[in-house]
Amino acid sequence: MAVTNIMIVGVGGQGTLLTSRILGGLALDAGYDVKLSEVHGMAQRGGSVVTFVRYGEEVTEPIVEEGCADVIIAFERLEALRYVHFLKKDGVLIVNDQRIDPMTVVTGQAEYPEGIIETLSTQYKVIAVDSMAEALKLGNSRVFNTIILGVAARHMAYTKDQWETVIRNTVPPKTVDVNLKAFEVGYQLAEE
Amino acid sequence: MMGTVQERQVFVSQKQIMLGNAAIARGAYEAGVKVSAAYPGTPSTEISENIVKYPEIYAEWSPNEKVAMEVAIGASISGVRALASMKLVGVNVAADPLFTIAYSGVNGGLVLVAADDPGIYSSQNEQDSRMVARAGMIPVMEPSDSEEARVFTKLAFEYSEKYDTPVMLRTTTRLSHSQGIVNLEEREEIPDKPYERNVQKNVMMPANAIKRHVVVEQRMKQMAEDASSMAINRVEYRDTSIGFITSGIPYQYVREAFPDASVLKLGLVHPLPRKLIEEFASKVDKLYVIEELEPVIEEQVKSWGISAVGKELLTIQGEYSTNMLRKAIGGEELNLTAPAQVPARPPILCPGCPHRSVYSVLKKLKLHAAGDIGCYTLGAVAPLNVVDTTVCMGASISTLHGMEKAKGRDYIKDWVAVIGDSTFLHTGVNSLMNMVYNKATGTVIILDNSTTGMTGHQDHAATGKTLQGEPTYAIDIYNLCKAMGIEHVYEIDAFEIEELAQLIKREVAREAVSVIITKSPCALLKEFKPKGKCYVEADKCKKCGMCMVSGCPAMTKTQEGIVKIDATMCNGCGLCMKNCKFGAIGFTPNGGAK
Repeated sequence: MAVTNIMIVGVGGQGTLLTSRILGGLALDAGYDVKLSEVHGMAQRGGSVVTFVRYGEEVTEPIVEEGCADVIIAFERLEALRYVHFLKKDGVLIVNDQRIDPMTVVTGQAEYPEGIIETLSTQYKVIAVDSMAEALKLGNSRVFNTIILGVAARHMAYTKDQWETVIRNTVPPKTVDVNLKAFEVGYQLAEE
Repeated sequence: MMGTVQERQVFVSQKQIMLGNAAIARGAYEAGVKVSAAYPGTPSTEISENIVKYPEIYAEWSPNEKVAMEVAIGASISGVRALASMKLVGVNVAADPLFTIAYSGVNGGLVLVAADDPGIYSSQNEQDSRMVARAGMIPVMEPSDSEEARVFTKLAFEYSEKYDTPVMLRTTTRLSHSQGIVNLEEREEIPDKPYERNVQKNVMMPANAIKRHVVVEQRMKQMAEDASSMAINRVEYRDTSIGFITSGIPYQYVREAFPDASVLKLGLVHPLPRKLIEEFASKVDKLYVIEELEPVIEEQVKSWGISAVGKELLTIQGEYSTNMLRKAIGGEELNLTAPAQVPARPPILCPGCPHRSVYSVLKKLKLHAAGDIGCYTLGAVAPLNVVDTTVCMGASISTLHGMEKAKGRDYIKDWVAVIGDSTFLHTGVNSLMNMVYNKATGTVIILDNSTTGMTGHQDHAATGKTLQGEPTYAIDIYNLCKAMGIEHVYEIDAFEIEELAQLIKREVAREAVSVIITKSPCALLKEFKPKGKCYVEADKCKKCGMCMVSGCPAMTKTQEGIVKIDATMCNGCGLCMKNCKFGAIGFTPNGGAK
């Protein structure tokens, strides 16, 4: 099969690394070649971060080139806008409909763009969910990213069983139940 | 059925997805390494964090890279295989022992992992460690994915012993922080080499070093000759109208961009296999050399009279990509969508970070800070704008000292030096010694957050825990400063901003060296539990913005200009509350009602 290109973008500290581990585990379990590229270090302190995931028959470079992403999972609206030029014309953009002001906005050096999702929807297939609100309903703000994965699962070629197995094997043991619940919430949301 | 399941388990257990750095650790384990030493530094940190999972290897965080290198050297002299790992600028710190052990050579295999950072994701410069290795006459190997990282690490130990030399395994951020599939092998237990006293080889005084220099040159010549038949220098002939010489991560971009082209993939990038390169060059019509950063391979190839193209088309700055090669070499029009113009999102100090509290005081006092390396370097940017200089680990203290000696005591009365606890123990302590010795009067603030923060929370000599997490003696920074003869040493809670302001004012004015240790744990430490959450009482908010001056990312303004605190982000440090003159910020203790 051709290589599938996934990107996870967000703000450092939002859990992009755990999410990429889940996507990597999925590809490995399914018998694909897979490469992931992550950001560690300074940018993890609230900076803009991006993770690349590529899987298929044979993967060479570990990064996704501009204009080549099949799916972009954005944990924050502004980050969706920052990286959307990596998306294929017929790719899918899944956005956590949350606003986190960068310091440049807080200090008034820049303005947070209005209507990001509306604008992007005119050019791309965009699925926006208020994942944080759903996570708070589950009583754990930190599982918002697993909810997003539940949504993304509808746009990737793995079975629900495969997803649940890898979540069980990847997240900290104490959080397995709440993460599986969160995944289910996202999975159901995507159907609606 | 049962058989299938079992086979699959075996298959899965031998094939794992691993970070490049984890694969290097695995390679060291399989190579029978017995000692590993390192100081944390992006992008090298995860090597030690993975090595510690193998109890067969003694592994430590050393206080700095020079010490780490020397620990590994000692282990090698004693006859075991040893690894030191560090980031690019750490190699500078370790350069002194490194350049000389290149003369002595090894007993047990000795490998230095140098992790470069093209694109400067988390460093203070973009230097190319291959240049350092060339200067030191040290062989360099460069893997291009996780599996090669594992295999090359093992091979590096073999070469080290075969050619009697330390070997540099060079990685980059993209390799170190990419994951790929690796095929695990068993650990090979290497018998310790016997130790024999050999002064000519192991004592580098002039008479011996003069002789060893000859040996080193001979060894590099021999290795260069052998390199043409090493399997890690691999020729892939395809269409010969275009040929690429490349190594490391750029090899992947070449393969992606030009899958039909011929490639000479170098695993050993110093010394180069001249015969192999000449042969390859003669068989392809057009030759390109593709390497990130400096034209290390390219310049040598051209110096042999071989016609090749490289940096004429490609930059020496930053990382490469497939698209970049397609455009620069293939001349393709890529028709890419332009990136949207969006506000930058630089890294920031976290909510509840004690550095913010100290910086808010320095800002109020209108002091300049000579800065250092760590999360607290972020005090240089808006809205804090407190840090004026950052050079390298430990430089805050010595640069402040230099300013004083250049311009006199009065000149630094509105300056302090700021340095983290881990950085202080790395090299700051030497600089402080110098202040005492040379009669300085400056004020040093040690931002003690009980960890090495930016690299992801590694223990150090003052945390009371080893790399393994075992309890150990904790160096007492207060008493260490006292022992140097500094009379004015203080410990204070980083969030006691009134007292801290008084103390800093008094000490900056003092005609003697002072050290102020501000103590409060990093808010990202596992042990850190927020005491509660801050919230805004909207009716009391006068929209003055004083609470936001210190730039807490949990705080934003509503369209009406009233401050809002994101409860999921707030770590309850209360700094905003202390900075509000109108009592508009309240505090909900954990478990308590509003």
